[in-house]
Parts: sequence; C-alpha cells; structure tokens
Amino acid sequence: MTPEQILDQCRELVARPLGAVAERWKAAHPGGRAVAAYPVWAPAELIHAAGMLPLSLLGGGTSVELTHADARFQSFVCSIAKSTLELGFQDIVKGIDGFVFSNICDVARNLSSIYHRNFPDVFVEYLHLPQNSTSPGVAGYAASELRRLTQGFEGAFGLKVTEPALAKSIETYNALRARVRALYAFRIAEPQRLSTTDLYVTLRAATLAPPEDAIGWLDDLLAGLRLRDARPRDRLRVVVEGAFCEQPPLGLLEVLEEAGCYVVEDDLMLGWRWFTADVAGDGDPFERLGAAYVNQAVPSSVRHEGREHRSTGLIEKVRRANAQAVVFMPAKFCEPALFDYVLMKQGLERAGIPHMIVEFEEKMWTFERTRNEIETFVESMLFD
Amino acid sequence: MPAQVTERQYQGKVHEDSRRLMSAWMGELGRAEAEGRPTGAIMISGNCVELLRACHILPMFPEVTALQNAIRHKSLPLILKAEQAGYSSDNCAYVKADIGLFLEGGMGPGKPMPFPNLIVCNYVGCNVYVKWFEHLADISGAKLFMLDVPFLRAAEPSPADIQYVVGQLRELIALCEGVTGEKFDIDELREIIGYSIRAEEGYSRCKHLCKHKPAPFDSYFDSINLMGPINVLRGTKEVADFFDVAVAEFEGLVAQGLGPLSEERFRTVVEGPPPYPYYKNFRNLFAKWGAVAVQSTYSTVGGIWEWGFRHDPARPLESIAEQMLRENLTNRSITTRYQQIRRYVEEWDADALVIHSIKSCRLFSAGQGDMRDYFTRELGVSTLLVESDLEDPRYYAEAQLKNRIDAFFEALEHKKVVVRAAGRRGAGAPPAEASR
Ligand code: SF4
Ligand code: SF4
Repeated sequence: MTPEQILDQCRELVARPLGAVAERWKAAHPGGRAVAAYPVWAPAELIHAAGMLPLSLLGGGTSVELTHADARFQSFVCSIAKSTLELGFQDIVKGIDGFVFSNICDVARNLSSIYHRNFPDVFVEYLHLPQNSTSPGVAGYAASELRRLTQGFEGAFGLKVTEPALAKSIETYNALRARVRALYAFRIAEPQRLSTTDLYVTLRAATLAPPEDAIGWLDDLLAGLRLRDARPRDRLRVVVEGAFCEQPPLGLLEVLEEAGCYVVEDDLMLGWRWFTADVAGDGDPFERLGAAYVNQAVPSSVRHEGREHRSTGLIEKVRRANAQAVVFMPAKFCEPALFDYVLMKQGLERAGIPHMIVEFEEKMWTFERTRNEIETFVESMLFD
Repeated sequence: MPAQVTERQYQGKVHEDSRRLMSAWMGELGRAEAEGRPTGAIMISGNCVELLRACHILPMFPEVTALQNAIRHKSLPLILKAEQAGYSSDNCAYVKADIGLFLEGGMGPGKPMPFPNLIVCNYVGCNVYVKWFEHLADISGAKLFMLDVPFLRAAEPSPADIQYVVGQLRELIALCEGVTGEKFDIDELREIIGYSIRAEEGYSRCKHLCKHKPAPFDSYFDSINLMGPINVLRGTKEVADFFDVAVAEFEGLVAQGLGPLSEERFRTVVEGPPPYPYYKNFRNLFAKWGAVAVQSTYSTVGGIWEWGFRHDPARPLESIAEQMLRENLTNRSITTRYQQIRRYVEEWDADALVIHSIKSCRLFSAGQGDMRDYFTRELGVSTLLVESDLEDPRYYAEAQLKNRIDAFFEALEHKKVVVRAAGRRGAGAPPAEASR
C-alpha cells in the first residue's frame, strides 16, 4: 500500500464511531471483548493479554452533540469529559464491554464513577497510578495495581491474564511503540514528508486496531514515506505541548502547519507512546510494566516526576527535536495543562526559548483568529 | 411569608476558643523563622498532621491561609497577581491566592508567612494538590515529599494500599529527622494520637447532636469553628480539651431547645465548600428562610469521624494510613459521596439538599449535575444547585443566588404545607418535586 492509501484507511477508521469499531472486530472474533481506555496512559498490554481489543477512548470530537452530559457536568468542565459521558448516553460506545480511567485529574476521577453509575452494566475500573516517583515501594505498588485490573477482567469477563501472555503483549506493544518512535524521529528529520495531521491520524488509528495490524501498516507507511517527494520549506520548527488528553480538532493542527510551522514534537496521544524505550528486563511482567511506568515514562502533566523540574522534559524535547519554539495547546479548563503552563513557560524563558499559547476545545470550528496569532508569532520569529 | 427568622447572634465559647487556638497557631508560624523552628506545609484533606507534630515540625496549611485571605476580602488582588504571572482564570483560585501571596511579597524569608522547610504533599484525592505543591516547592526551594495516597477504589483500601502508604510514612519520618536533627519517638506519636482520638470523639459527638431539633449549631456555616481545630491542630491537648468544651456547650443548647436561628424551619444538608469571600452574605440568604444545615460534606474533607473511625495508638502508622486512604471525603469517589449525603438526609432527617458548586474545585463539583439527578429523580429529595466560588469573589452573583434560593424555599414551604394537609387528611405523601 502507498502512504496515501494507508492514510486514507486510517482516516476512515478514526472517523468511525467507537462502538462500531469494536463491533466490527467482535464480528470477526466471536465471543471477543473490547475495552476502551481514557487518556492518558492505560496498560493496553493487559487488555491485549486477556485476549481483548484495547481501544482509545477520546471523547466525542467534533461529531457529537451534547444532549445529556451538559446537565451532569458544569460549564467549567473540559469538553472531553462531557462528550465521553455523552457517548454512553447516545449508545455510540455500544459494543464496548469495559472502560478504564485513571487519576489524571479531578474531572477524570469523577467522570469514572459517574460513568459507572449511569451505565452499571459495563465494566468500569479506575486505576490509581503512582504520583510518587522515587520511593522504593512505588514500582511494586504500580505492579499490584496492574494485577488488580486483571482481577477485574477475570471477575467481569472470566478472562485471565497469564504471565506468558502478558510478556508476549509487552513485546507486541514494545514493537508498536518502536514504530511510533521511528515515525516521530522521521518527522523530526523530515517534517516536510510527514505532516502532523497525517502522523496524528496514523497514531490514533493504531489505537483502534489490534497492535499486530497496526505494526504492519506503520512499517509500510515508514517505508513509503522515505520515498515521498517533498521539498523543505522555510517554516518555524515548533513543539506542541498540552494536548495530551482532550483532542484538538484536526482543523487546528492543519492551521498550525498552514500558518507556517513544522510541528516536530508534540504530546498528542502521549499515553500510547508512554515509554521512552522498550519495557525492559526479564521476570515477572507485571513488575516490569510497573517499574517501566515509574522509571521509563515520558514527561507528562498528569504524572509527578520528583527527579526533575516540570520544564526540564520540555526543554529537552525542544533541543532533541531541534525546535525553535513551543506552542502551548491546552484544552479549555484542563487544569493539569494550565498549571504546568506556568512552570514550563518560566523554564522556557530562562532557557531563551520563545513560546505562545493557543487554547482549544474539541468542538472548536473556526480558526481564523488562531491562524492570525500563529502567523504573527511565526513572522516575528522567522523575519526578525 | 411567615414571621421573620432571626439569628440568635450566638457566638459562644466554641467560636471564641476556636479563634484563640487558631490565632495562637498563626502566631507560632509567624515566629517560627526567627525562632529557627522547622515548618512543614501540608494539605487539609486526610492529613497526617500527627506525624509532623511527633517530628517537631510545625504544620502550615496553605489552604487555611488562602481561605483566611478570602474571608478578609483580600483574595482578589492575590488571584489577579497570579493570573498576571500566567495562571489561568480556570485554575483553582486557592492556588492562585497562595502563589499571589508570594508574588505580593507576603510569603518568604522575613515575610509574615515563612517559606516551609519541608513540603509534604499528602496527595489525598485532589490532583490540584500535586500541582500546588510543585509550584510551592518551585518558589520556596524547599524539599517536596510526594505522599502518594491511592484513591479509594473499593469499600476498603487493599492491604497493598495500606502497606504502600505506611512505607511512605516511614520514609517521611526519616526525612523529618533529617530536617530537625531529632530522633523520632513512636511513643510520642502514640500520645499525640491519644489527643487526636479525644478530638475526633468530640467532633463526632457535636455532629451527631445536630440530629436534634432544632440542631444546636449550623453544621455548614458554624462547622468552620470546629474544622480549624480538628484539621489543623489535631493531636494537641488544647484541642482535645476544646472539643470537651464544644460538646458541653452544644449539649447545653440542645437541653434548652436552642439552635442558631430563632426558628428552625428547614433542615438542609449542604454539599460543597462555602463562598469564603461572601461567607456572611451567603449564610443570610439561608438564615432568613429558617434554613439550618444539619449536616455538610465540606466538614468531612479532613476526616469523616461520625461513622466511628478513630486513630489507633496500638497501630499508629497503620491507622494514619487508613484515615488518609478511607476516612475522609476527598479520597472517595463522588458517587460514594452520594451515599454519605443520603445517610445525612435520612439519619439527620433533612428536608432538602443544597449543592454549592464551586468553580475552583473540580474535585468537589465536576459532575454535581449527576448528583442532583440522583437525589431528585431517584430519591425524590428536593435539591437546589447554586454556583459560585470558594476564593474568587468574581464568581459570586448575589442577586442570582438570592433568586434561586428564594424560589427554592418557597417551593419547599409549599411542599411542607401540602404534606401537612395531606397528613391531616391521612392521605399519602405528595409526589416528590425537584427544584432546579
Ligand atoms: S482534558 Fe484535562 S481536565 Fe479534562 S479530563 Fe483530560 S486531563 Fe482532565
Ligand atoms: S481543587 Fe478543591 S480540594 Fe483541590 S486545592 Fe482546589 S479547592 Fe482544594
């Protein structure tokens, strides 16, 4: 397949309602189950090792009108929480058997139990992912939390996660993440050959399919992209930061590029490329995954890292990607992103890295003002 | 409308003593730097103040500073200062007021509020705590210890949860020893816990006294007099004694049939923190209707003592861990809170639920529309939902609040009349109505 064919296929998959994605897979896997994970990180490996289809749960995007959820969540709550609940009310996630949330923020925490109350027939689990990154007991605790999730799967679906199966799933996801890392590295080197919208759609599609399938098309894509013809342009190389949970509309990512940026790094779909390297080691796979969560995680606004300042990871990202500036892109009302913005911005200023901020909502549909702001920023950087 | 309800203007010994104790603590904090006394910042929710006390570290609570500034109408300039520095209008205003205090020159070496020597983030439910203390550590340069308390995901914490928290408590003790240069003494902790238990017992007793009609105090607005001592000063003899006095005073009021108002017409349960910048105004909107809060969820952020949990000197660290994990509102899911409120409504015989939705605090408020749905539709409890903020005066719209509150109590009054009439006729109860 050519890159264009692969990308078309990915776009088609991403546009499909989440429940329909699950139902189609289940039709080919009679008796199969599908479990969807809310951002940011969830152990897809465990879902996969139980023989189920792991899916990303990313709200309603631009397509879902709120008819019930806005009476449950107030106006000052981010859109993804509301539209995720709405997916349940409108049966758009019918066919999905379980939902996994975690302690990324106070909104997600309340959403998890409200989801459960309103839809008591589906499996809902709330994971406590450690915020302490340095105490000796943390990795072991993370492993025990992963084991607890598998007990939940067993209780709800009668599906066990054995150690060999989990070890195999870790390998599979290691392979998937290696492809994703390669694509990100490719974009840093040749952003003219891989736009951010294309990369995003590909990555998002990879979270809606069995990882084995995604690995296949990512390999094909990578091979095809190397042959793609594209001339580098005079654009500002930027890192996008803050869009790790609620999804920015594709139109916004397009505008960013049209207004003169090459996005060379970002935190889109961060949870699906959570580990900085392969989940390593031998032995108990639960322990290995728990330890990786604590010691091999990418910097993220939803996890406290006691070993470095909030801005350190971002500054490293800027340097690694040879970027010239940062575009903060927090979702409206997203507390983790909005709080980190302050410390990150101060860190960037100390390091002399220019930045701007663009707030978004998943349903945003006019981008003209944003386009002007970005153009002005780019011009000030490129022509000063 | 029936005859005017008035406040008895009763402030009493509880109010006086609470102020005195809290002022003494603030005084100690103000002198700490000069006296070379180590301080430790900590959060209110499910806190381990006993441990800091046993380690001879004077606890400081940024939340209390923030709320005191709001009550004194000083919060807005601080919030604005923080917003100028990049904080969003959508961030929790408690944090902004605290950081604003630093930016305004009110916190730091030689300032009225010292920098803490140690920052203990008891991450008990609220994710904003993590951010807040990261920022505090950033400005103060103090060591930050992230005490990760797993959220309560089942009825009970698991053995792994308890072990995990106890392990971190031990680490914290070692850290405190490093700060003070003093050896930790477990027997001293046991003694402190003994005082905590007396306070917990007293706090619980006070809250149960509100089952009486009339309730002797307003369990939302007056609870603040009890919350300071129980959450901040728990583990001291003074506070154990304070609660003996409080219980005696409230028992006295019960014996005399006295409550905070001239008449108790409605018994409410209140959910959510109060609007500190307009505390008295907000209270008046309810008082004029003869509405008394007989229970509140806010009074349980630090600990839920009324169901019988107590610290245990025989298992000091384990019981501290259990309290952090289970026995406080913040570390429990919002739907578990529905059951807490339900018990309050039933056992304290309340007429209505009032939800005060706080923009700053998503922990409390995100999803309270669902809570209203549960109480009105599933339980038939009359429920009022109003919105403002606990720290930012810009979100307090008195006229709008007054309209909603008046309309609600008018409807509730009407409902009572109908119920009484139906009772006289021996007919069944009228249909439950929901006020939105
Ligand atoms: S967008 Fe932000 S505030 Fe909303 S659920 Fe995600 S992390 Fe939480
Ligand atoms: S979000 Fe709520 S609990 Fe958390 S710091 Fe703010 S006011 Fe306190």
